[in-house]
Amino acid sequence: MTTAIEALVPRMREICGAGHVITDPLELRTYECDGLTSHRSVPALVVLPGTAAEVASVVAACAAAGVPFVARGSGTGLSGGALPHQDGVLIVMSRMRSVIEIDPVSRRAIVEPGVTNLSVSKAAAPFGLFYAPDPSSQVICSVGGNVAENSGGAQCLKHGFTVHHVTGLQIVTPAGELSWLGDGTGVGSGYDLLGAFTGSEGTLGIVTKIVVKLMPLPEVVHLLLVAYDTTSQGGQAVSDIIGAGIVPAAIEMMDALAIEAAEEAVHCNYPAGAGAVLLVELDGPAAEVEAEMSTVRALCEAAGATEIRAADDPAERAGIWAGRKSAFAAVGRISPAYIVQDGVVPRTSLGTVLAHIASLSADSGIRVANVFHAGDGNLHPLVLYDDAVPGEAEAAEKVSGAILDACLEQGGSITGEHGVGVDKSRYMPKMFGADDLDTMQLVRCAFDPASLCNPGKIFPTPRLCGEVPGHRRAAHISGHPAVAAGQAEIF
Amino acid sequence: MDTERSVVSAAALTELAAACRAVREADPSADLVAGVTPAFVASPASTEEASALLRTAAGYGLTVVPRGAGTGLGWGAPASAGDLVVDMRRMDQVIEHAAGDLVARVQAGATMGYLASVLASAGQQLALDAPADATVGGVVATGTAGPRRFRYGAPRDLLIGITVVRADGVIAHSGGKVVKNVAGYDLGKLFSGSQGTLGLITEVTFRLHPRPAAEAWVTGDFAPSDLTGAAAAAAAAAGSALVPSAVELLWADSPDLLRVGVLLEGTPSGVNARAKQMAELIAAAGETPVVGLSETPFRWWEPIPEPAALGTVVRVTFWVSQLASVLEALAGAGASAGVRPAVSGSAGAGVLYACLDPAAVDDTAARFVSALRDRMSGVFAAAADGSGLIRGGVTVLAAPAAVIAAAGPDRPVPGAGLMQAVKDQFDPGHRMFPGRLGGS
Repeated sequence: MTTAIEALVPRMREICGAGHVITDPLELRTYECDGLTSHRSVPALVVLPGTAAEVASVVAACAAAGVPFVARGSGTGLSGGALPHQDGVLIVMSRMRSVIEIDPVSRRAIVEPGVTNLSVSKAAAPFGLFYAPDPSSQVICSVGGNVAENSGGAQCLKHGFTVHHVTGLQIVTPAGELSWLGDGTGVGSGYDLLGAFTGSEGTLGIVTKIVVKLMPLPEVVHLLLVAYDTTSQGGQAVSDIIGAGIVPAAIEMMDALAIEAAEEAVHCNYPAGAGAVLLVELDGPAAEVEAEMSTVRALCEAAGATEIRAADDPAERAGIWAGRKSAFAAVGRISPAYIVQDGVVPRTSLGTVLAHIASLSADSGIRVANVFHAGDGNLHPLVLYDDAVPGEAEAAEKVSGAILDACLEQGGSITGEHGVGVDKSRYMPKMFGADDLDTMQLVRCAFDPASLCNPGKIFPTPRLCGEVPGHRRAAHISGHPAVAAGQAEIF
Repeated sequence: MDTERSVVSAAALTELAAACRAVREADPSADLVAGVTPAFVASPASTEEASALLRTAAGYGLTVVPRGAGTGLGWGAPASAGDLVVDMRRMDQVIEHAAGDLVARVQAGATMGYLASVLASAGQQLALDAPADATVGGVVATGTAGPRRFRYGAPRDLLIGITVVRADGVIAHSGGKVVKNVAGYDLGKLFSGSQGTLGLITEVTFRLHPRPAAEAWVTGDFAPSDLTGAAAAAAAAAGSALVPSAVELLWADSPDLLRVGVLLEGTPSGVNARAKQMAELIAAAGETPVVGLSETPFRWWEPIPEPAALGTVVRVTFWVSQLASVLEALAGAGASAGVRPAVSGSAGAGVLYACLDPAAVDDTAARFVSALRDRMSGVFAAAADGSGLIRGGVTVLAAPAAVIAAAGPDRPVPGAGLMQAVKDQFDPGHRMFPGRLGGS
């Protein structure tokens, strides 16, 4: 423990209560990683504040001491975004988990950051409302973490990402001050800091309250499970559905290996022997969904479906979704170790990239199971390997990286929803130029000039923030007319 | 002074012309922009030219006002200075329309109308309601959104990639051309609504939507005194599972009208059935509203006229559960100032605009603004929860200088200090559209 941390401990106990400050090395160790277990770092200190004011005091104390801090929700992130700083404080939000208010007429809820994603929908259900973003980990992941990562989920194809469903954030700035971004209305005023903050992976401050948009529960939800011999047939169906002007709530695909894993894990009873399955969910007013459903069925058949099953009641749908939502964990049944990849390609490039992944797999002997949000081109290849076999981990890492290269070649992205974190910062220069990264970090400098808030994430090279924000430079030319005329620049 | 200016001018003009082929000295009679007459007007043909221009402008410490078609220049505070106007209208191309991916990459100077015509050929649209002659860059910079913001959001919700030129001339990109993408900070969000004060937008990539096969408009006309009935109808429509695309309110005095209008989009049979259900929903609210139904478009929503023709435009934002109180506040403020505002906007999405006839003399308009702020403070105070969250705001979007002076400044928006810090980072010399975002 550094002396700076040691000096902080009494202050933290004063703020959070002695029972909510962890210094025991064994206990600290339980926080050494998030959902990405390949990166580990034991925090110097863990605190569990219970209120927004406590978070502000904790951050202010860290800022005063020059000690870095990292916020953590449920720890389900897959890019190491909540990886602790070994000389820093880990601020765990798990005590702040109440749904503070639901305003059904405004279709808004105010929640604390530690609330789990699914519990927002549960709290809204009695009012006929739900919270749309639905990451696969929604039973356990926190809304605060969702804000940090701008989480998606299967339904974001139609309903949008977290950023489209958050209308106000109370944050603690890296200086330790409470501030609201947005006022809950969803109508912008001034710079869209709410939008810029969402998805900034915990590097611009810590969220302490969240105003989310709720949506009316759809009148009907229909799910189709469609089997194909090949993923390219499934891909064709996806293109045809979108081409017909239909935007399903979700279109998901799994290949044979992913199906095999899901079957072993949760016995989801997908069609035997399928080379690919497609899950197509339509939601909305009954009058629309019925019309769309018959079109979707016809298109799926035309693309060569070998079997189509419809599921309309919630239990049946849940059974089918269980196969998809458990897919990441399920591959543990068929492989001792695996890398979860998260890349994006334009939807029309899906076939090209899947073929490329297949050849990467064949060339390297590394198996790849494909699970993906087909509707928006978001691939989650699961790169399987045996860590007991020397060299296999490296080979798998190479395949995983080559998949991202393939995504970028098609004009895609290195991450669709898992974030950059520590895992992918080295890929950022492949997607963005030095000037792009420098410009993004101007935002960082505005919020966190001392670079104490979740440092070392997203950007491979931190930017020095230079002069103190707020300091105004004189105009470059002393004789400039605007200056001479005394026209002070105001903002 | 004059001599000094002309020396700077001659050298600056030479260098600006080297940076960009289309540069000229401004014509004081024709080039008045946002309240100032610039020294130079430049029309870059590419992001690279725009970059060279802004780098040169930075070297001379020139203040810069970006402009598109000028449809939004009258909104917001006027510029306090503007040596160089950067006119984006030469960058007017749709660079790529990937129809299969529902994505389009567009130069900032392309008009919304031109973009719409390109997209329509594939049965697609950019789901924003903005003037057809407005430029794409202008719509993004001003955050313009109309009735369908209820379903599709504002420009920030549809923009997936952006190219900007910073005040120092550096070109920066963020996002990309895929809808789902969380790599890096989202500069597109930051520049949406930034009004040209952070830098120059040169290119944007949007996600698109299919054009609906059918549309229907459902209206409910309420007795002008039945504010609670109209508010209940708007809230019911907005909260229904019938998935409206717009929930609007129009409250005017000639003719005396209090109307809630709902747009439904979808398949022909689906829209037909939903419109009937929506009509029933609206009919059940308030005291015997007159409900109308139309399958062909009619103008139940009028775009807000140019501010010059209006005098004063005030925007009120709120949580929808407060809609009835907001309408009462508008009525009360009008009564106390002796003026009847024309009110319209996206009631279901929490935004209304109150427009005062230019005939309203200055102190009437100022009294209205002050009275509205007072009454809305009461509405917001009633909803306060102790967290510091103020659930909405009152913003003067346009008004004669005398009205602004008499009514005083708006309450600072949430996060104003952080916004200032962002401005200082992106534009440390405060040269980009100085004065635009107000200040005291």
